[in-house]
Amino acid sequence: MKMRVVRAALLSLAMAGLAICGAAPGHAQMGQRVSATTIPTAQLIQPAELNKLLKGPASARPLVLQVGSHMLFEEAHIAGSEYAGPGATADGLNVLRARVKSLPHSKFIVIYCGCCPWTKCPNMGPAYQELHAMGFTRVKALYLADNFGADWVSQGYATTHGQ
Amino acid sequence: MRRPTDNSSKLATRLANAARRALLAALLLACGPASAQARSPQALVHKPAPAFVRRDLNGQQLSLARLRGKVVLLNFWATWCGPCLTEMPEFMAWQRQFAAQGFQVVGISMDDDAAAARKLATKLKVDYPIAMGDPDLGRHYGGVLGLPLTFLIDRKGEVRAVYQGVSNLNAIQTEIRTLLIER
Repeated sequence: MKMRVVRAALLSLAMAGLAICGAAPGHAQMGQRVSATTIPTAQLIQPAELNKLLKGPASARPLVLQVGSHMLFEEAHIAGSEYAGPGATADGLNVLRARVKSLPHSKFIVIYCGCCPWTKCPNMGPAYQELHAMGFTRVKALYLADNFGADWVSQGYATTHGQ
Repeated sequence: MRRPTDNSSKLATRLANAARRALLAALLLACGPASAQARSPQALVHKPAPAFVRRDLNGQQLSLARLRGKVVLLNFWATWCGPCLTEMPEFMAWQRQFAAQGFQVVGISMDDDAAAARKLATKLKVDYPIAMGDPDLGRHYGGVLGLPLTFLIDRKGEVRAVYQGVSNLNAIQTEIRTLLIER
């Protein structure tokens, strides 16, 4: 009987600990699949809108971060964007955190991937969650319905390649 | 025996990669204008499939030109691409079903890390050759900027169909059967 009580107490303590850790702000749940569809619609930005912003005054331009595959980034990426991924891995989220940690939380940031169709993208959900958890208030996710090639490059929007 | 230092091994890897890219570029140039960088994957339809030679994950030489005479399903994929992993068991089944008629599946992994591709290929028991891709190869195939991306190449080495994203596998299989009949 005594042993059962002790076991139950230990189990409760462990569960409470897990609950507290799970609720701790500042980190997305790394390694878990978080669909891009969890990103609120209001936080999406369309390709044409971002392209227009990037042609506008420098003061209105966001920091654009690619949070997907590095190989695809090398092949082609949005002109002026930086690599900070992949969002689906713990290492990738570390890269993202390191890139933004010194920025004010009001910084306008746009993240994008386009590795797969939007509903199948493994990177956008975790990357968005991470920035949100870090306290960034002006984060937009570029909505690429099919992929980066079809929805950005083929539209003739500003693209470059390399590291 | 003296072990190479990290720096010398990194340098050797870089040199090997540079040599591989130079060889690829030379091969692509040797194949003429049809293999110049396409505007998009779809722009390659009815054009010769860009040639490439590289080592597969088992260290065997993989040359697209040497597959001339076969119908080739060239599949760009990655371990992080959910739809790609759904397709691969079906590709394996087709490889077994149509091999005797002159059909060959070739996988090109667009993973940043070959170890991840190798691990997954082993786990899935993939029985067709897989090689690692790179940005140059991607650009020559019109931009591999979204996965999965699959090219169906006829016996003459011409791209006959391109499938991007979540594809209708029945439609691909029908096209394979059509191409296998052609001589």
